[in-house]
Amino acid sequence: MSMASLVGHQARYDLRAFRRNTRARIFTLAVPVVLLLILVSLFRNGTVKAGGVTVKIAAYYVPHIAAMAIVGAGLINLLITVVAKRESGSLKRRRATPVPAWVLIAGDASTSVVSSVLIVVVLVAIGSLGFGLDVTGAAVGLAAVETVIGAAAFCCLAYALSGLVATAESAGPMAQLSTLPVYFISGIYIPDNVLPHWLLDIANILPVRPLAVALQAAFVPATNGGQRFAVVPLLVVVAWGVAGLIVAVRTFSWVPKRSG
Amino acid sequence: MTEPPGPVARPRQSAGATGPAVAGSTDVVTVRGLRMSYGHYEAVRGIDLDVGHGEIFAFLGPNGAGKTTTVEILEGFRTRTGGEVRVLGEDPAKAGPDWRTRVGVVLQESAPEAWLTVRECLSMYAGYYPNPLPVGRALELVGLTDKAGGRCDRLSGGQLRRLDMALALIGDPELVFLDEPTTGFDPAARHTAWEVIAGLRELGKTIFLTTHYMDEAEALADQIMIIAAGKIVASGTPATIGGRATAATTVRFTLPDGVTAGDLPGLPAPVTAGRGGTVEILHDEPVPVLHSLTTWALQHGYPLGDLTAHRPTLEEIYLGLTEEPGGAK
Repeated sequence: MSMASLVGHQARYDLRAFRRNTRARIFTLAVPVVLLLILVSLFRNGTVKAGGVTVKIAAYYVPHIAAMAIVGAGLINLLITVVAKRESGSLKRRRATPVPAWVLIAGDASTSVVSSVLIVVVLVAIGSLGFGLDVTGAAVGLAAVETVIGAAAFCCLAYALSGLVATAESAGPMAQLSTLPVYFISGIYIPDNVLPHWLLDIANILPVRPLAVALQAAFVPATNGGQRFAVVPLLVVVAWGVAGLIVAVRTFSWVPKRSG
Repeated sequence: MTEPPGPVARPRQSAGATGPAVAGSTDVVTVRGLRMSYGHYEAVRGIDLDVGHGEIFAFLGPNGAGKTTTVEILEGFRTRTGGEVRVLGEDPAKAGPDWRTRVGVVLQESAPEAWLTVRECLSMYAGYYPNPLPVGRALELVGLTDKAGGRCDRLSGGQLRRLDMALALIGDPELVFLDEPTTGFDPAARHTAWEVIAGLRELGKTIFLTTHYMDEAEALADQIMIIAAGKIVASGTPATIGGRATAATTVRFTLPDGVTAGDLPGLPAPVTAGRGGTVEILHDEPVPVLHSLTTWALQHGYPLGDLTAHRPTLEEIYLGLTEEPGGAK
């Protein structure tokens, strides 16, 4: 079996497990959809100022909730999955087989990437069909690429954080606690123009807002000075991913924390 | 008097095993002077052991004796701080994927692969190996065929351990590590597991077993080694370990009503009388003691219904050897 087909083999079972996991499904897929529906319904015909221009409410919330959904699938769900597998001894058992470590990591990460793409497609479809989001081929193509890059970066951060979390029970609350304030200051729930500048400055160097800004530019280039491809924000996301990868390589553990 | 028959048939020379069983020449595991320290604490203090091809080797010891640390070193999960280790001819700390295909590991702690069925879980693991057993064959070996379509996380504790065993066997390994495979089992589940393990020997597998249960070691093992406080305190076969074959025998019975210890015939060993008319006679040679005693009982028509003669059980030997300092024989 070649390495590529081995990754495919692993991803097939990881995706199957994800599909049957109600918690993961609700958390990564249902929550963003419900949030988007609430937010765009509340301000149905309203507009928001973003990047110095006025955009339709759907054109604002679809990319921002998409960024949140990518964090949910890439960071939070993967963190919970990896810590639970480590604590149950499942990682250690797989380590006892000849399968290379990176195949196992690629399997879990590809589940996160696939579910990220899936949820972003659903969010864009809702915005486009129900709330007048303007969708072009260029917008969707770029958003898809950015989704994959963003999901991969948050997967790296998930592996980095897994070294800090001791038990499967604490993984969920810790992930929520670390992401919720970031969502608020990144304009995910509250529009940009309501937030003070110094908060946005902080959010700009964290990984969530740059991903939202990049996705926003894909749909409404005017929010990024007319550039559809927001290079700098995307580089911030990639930098976080690389930093996460470096930490993960140093601290990742195959065996439960408690047994040392 | 004689060793009690084990509950599982125990052919000492496996008919299915291939190759000569010459000690040293076909050793699957060789350990010399193994040491492992965690900071200042020395968990393993220089141990030697050899496991031959096709053998069931039982590694016994109390919690914290260094048992799991040793096994984790042999499995390649921990890097030792001293000594020589060879498992299937390689150093487990440096061995690669090819070596892993030849070794099966049943971990002490395990949980199901969440959300997958038993068959899916085995198929997933089968994909990691170059020449796996058919999934149906692995299920058959551990007796889980009728659970193939059930979800892993809905199995009972005993079924889960058998799934673990199937996962360890799916790559068709030469050597299988079983770390406390029956802990927490009820007696029926334990006997089923023993049959599975005895069946692996028939296939020519070498088995490295750790356990808390003396009866398990006695039923299965060709060779037993006992570790306490990081050192080997005894090794041998179930019949001979700890001087068991030559240990004194205790003859025990209850005196009939109206008979006192003074009424007994002359015996070759001193008599210890206990409460309720129980009598114990400890002697290296049980035959003359029993001869005098039973001749006397026949003459007087005493039934001596609870007469027993017994050598120390493996459990007694083990407890004596692993007692805290001061109690060791």
